[in-house]
Amino acid sequence: MFGKKKNVVEASVGSGENAIANKEIEGLSQGQLVRKRFVRHRGAMIALVTLVFIVLFTYSASGLHLGSEKDPITVPGWWHYGITDLSDLRYGDGVCDDGATGCPTLQLNPTQPNFGLGDHPFGQDDIGRDYFALVMRGTEQSIMVMIIIGGMGGIIGTVIGAIAGYFRGRLDGFLMRLTDLIITIPAIIIGAVIGYKVGNLGVVVLGLYLGLFSWTGLARLVRGEFLSLREREFVDAARVAGASNRRIIFKHILPNAVGIIIVSVTLSMSGAILLETGLSFLGFGVVAPDVSLGSLISTYQDSFATRPWLFWWPGLFIISIALCINFIGDGLRDAFDPRQRRRITKKDRQRALTATK
Amino acid sequence: MLTYLSRRVAQLLVILLASSFFVYNLEAIAGDPLEEIKLSSDPKKAQTIVALTRQLDLNTPPPIRFFKWLGGIISGLWGNLQMGNARTGQSVAEAIGNAVPTTIRLVLAATIIAIVLGITIGVITALRQYSRFDYAVTFISFLFFSLPIFWVAVLLKQFLSIGFNDWLANPILDWPWLVGFGIVSAIFWAGVIGGDLRRIAIVAGTAFTASAGFAWLLSATGWFASPVLGPIFIGVGGLATALLITTASTGLSNKPARNAALTMVAVGLAIYYPVQLVLTKNVSGWVLIGLAVLTVIVGLLAGYFFAKEDRAPVMRTSAITAVVIGGMIFLDRLMQEWVPYVSNDFVSYRPIPTIGQTNDMITLQLNDEPDFWLGSLDSLLHIILPTIALTIISFAGYVRYTRGNLLEVLNMDYIRTARAKGLTERTVVMRHAFRNSLIPLTTLMAWDFAGILGGAIITESVFGWTGMGTLFRVAIVSFDLNLLMGTFIITSTLAVSANLISDLLYSALDPRIRVGTGE
Repeated sequence: MFGKKKNVVEASVGSGENAIANKEIEGLSQGQLVRKRFVRHRGAMIALVTLVFIVLFTYSASGLHLGSEKDPITVPGWWHYGITDLSDLRYGDGVCDDGATGCPTLQLNPTQPNFGLGDHPFGQDDIGRDYFALVMRGTEQSIMVMIIIGGMGGIIGTVIGAIAGYFRGRLDGFLMRLTDLIITIPAIIIGAVIGYKVGNLGVVVLGLYLGLFSWTGLARLVRGEFLSLREREFVDAARVAGASNRRIIFKHILPNAVGIIIVSVTLSMSGAILLETGLSFLGFGVVAPDVSLGSLISTYQDSFATRPWLFWWPGLFIISIALCINFIGDGLRDAFDPRQRRRITKKDRQRALTATK
Repeated sequence: MLTYLSRRVAQLLVILLASSFFVYNLEAIAGDPLEEIKLSSDPKKAQTIVALTRQLDLNTPPPIRFFKWLGGIISGLWGNLQMGNARTGQSVAEAIGNAVPTTIRLVLAATIIAIVLGITIGVITALRQYSRFDYAVTFISFLFFSLPIFWVAVLLKQFLSIGFNDWLANPILDWPWLVGFGIVSAIFWAGVIGGDLRRIAIVAGTAFTASAGFAWLLSATGWFASPVLGPIFIGVGGLATALLITTASTGLSNKPARNAALTMVAVGLAIYYPVQLVLTKNVSGWVLIGLAVLTVIVGLLAGYFFAKEDRAPVMRTSAITAVVIGGMIFLDRLMQEWVPYVSNDFVSYRPIPTIGQTNDMITLQLNDEPDFWLGSLDSLLHIILPTIALTIISFAGYVRYTRGNLLEVLNMDYIRTARAKGLTERTVVMRHAFRNSLIPLTTLMAWDFAGILGGAIITESVFGWTGMGTLFRVAIVSFDLNLLMGTFIITSTLAVSANLISDLLYSALDPRIRVGTGE
């Protein structure tokens, strides 16, 4: 555990490495650099592709369901069952093993005759509703809430943080006390109270209300960033040149703080999906007849022993989405971090050597 | 400093006042507490509504009702705290008084385990940055970050509780299990120790043989059916602990520390049988606390006498060793109750429960014939699953945070200086880097400890515990404002105090940061 480390030695030959690293970024703009670093982060790229696939798959299968229960706005998807359609429960020999009912028809082994999705790929619940439709609807709702919370939090947090950090003084004091105030109230209380009141108005309203309270962390971060950036020379230069406050904020400071904002918003989204599913699990978020991934798990947690697929699928989707977002956030953080340098491998060193020769 | 402190406290009070006003009214607007009764077909509906309206003071508008409630809280300043009654008629103060110990019991162990494990693994990954072990731990911590706790809880119930109980009927480890266990251990230790291929092969081979062989030995001797530590385990385990603690704390070359730690193992073995006479069925808590204090004192004394100079590190080492050995003896005594416990009629060989705080039947039985150890074992077994679930969730944060901090510190100039002075790598890492990397962690810890009382709403609901989280949930759905505000005022006060304490702690630990010098 305490063996001498190799990179101690490496640090002493840092100048050579710097040369290699600098060679790579010559003549690239900040945006290109970030993109390049992000694309190189293998975990983040895999996560991004997976997430895009999940989102496209879900929304094409399930369609779009907005509005409240009373006046819904619906765009149908390609999946032929809805969440209220009742079909006959599959059971019996040769259909389901061990006397189970409503087992999944998904067959991933291409050598089998029933390869493919089948009629009920994720199985059926206890009364015969198609579970694929339920899970897709749940995923659709959860992703929507997640994006709304992340977006609202991002916008409000940035605006409040920027105003507080840029104008300082009394306004800053007031806004930061407001932030402290909202931080005091645990997210779960707000979610529970709001969810209980507006949970039946549809997921968009739920997401908007939750978003109203989820900007505090970002506001503090952005404020700190603005406080330090506004003292920098380029801001002074802009001010001397006669730029307005608005122009300084949007053209000079914000682009420099955008990295921190994007990373924080991304990571907050994985928290948002866990918050929404947790609330729905407790019965405070999305309520019946609408479904979310959390409410599905809550409904079917007791049938785990007899029909485990009712439990696995929603969990799988929550975890995949949250995991992908965490990896993307990590990739973005590395990409935006100017101190972050790629590990110089032996191969790079060799290549640099042959190039100089 | 004093002006700073008083200003901060005044701000906190204003924030608390505003946030409790906000929550009170939010919940009052959120729903009608009489809704359920209005919809019911109870013939005495009208009377109930009138009675409840009077009991909950519904004719007063919520903002004014809030100040009535606040008056009761403020009168707590002169010792006359009035938190009102819950809808059930129970006093809120009493309900909270019952819930707090439950919640602390539930969350404290998980938080401490998560902190210790998370920091340990975080340090190792930072020291092995960019190794396969590092990547694996990174992936696992991201995975843990992404797990919803209710999902983990249901899985644990199914596999750990039901699966383990089934296995206990015939507790023999099959070959696949032994090999699997060996492989996991080999991968883990090879990753932790690292080095070139040859070393990895040796480490992995040793770890595989040792773990699989050890597990086989336990299985073959029927240890799982009647598990106790006994003097042999305490001796061997104590020896390993003593050496490990000495390595991390002072380094094995420090003879006094090593000897003091080894002496502690010998003392532990020597008192093993005599101490059993003290640890009887109805041993009082004070005796146990006394023994714990005695253990620390003996450890410190041994360190004092073994070291001629530079006593502090030696005393620290031997005291930590003494505490660990004492803990082993305690655990051993607890495990001696295992066989009577599992063969109890109410347990009937299914010791890991899926739900509840204690086994009600056992509690009844204990009322007739008190047995400290049986009761403790019962509570301990009930707490295992929630603790694992909570640990999994908060562990990942500590790993990532520790890793990031330690890496940042390891790149500092003073670390290079320390290495250049010729200090051993152990001293550089443990004394110069690790200690400094802990400073930012205090913030996280302060928040986590504050969150203990409020936290765990979902965990409590899944595992059927009635702590603060349950009170809170019940209060929200039944629009029980007194109960809600009672729990809220406690959790929010703790949260804002944690914020203040972490700021003060930060400036105390890091002299570069000074609080109270203008804003």
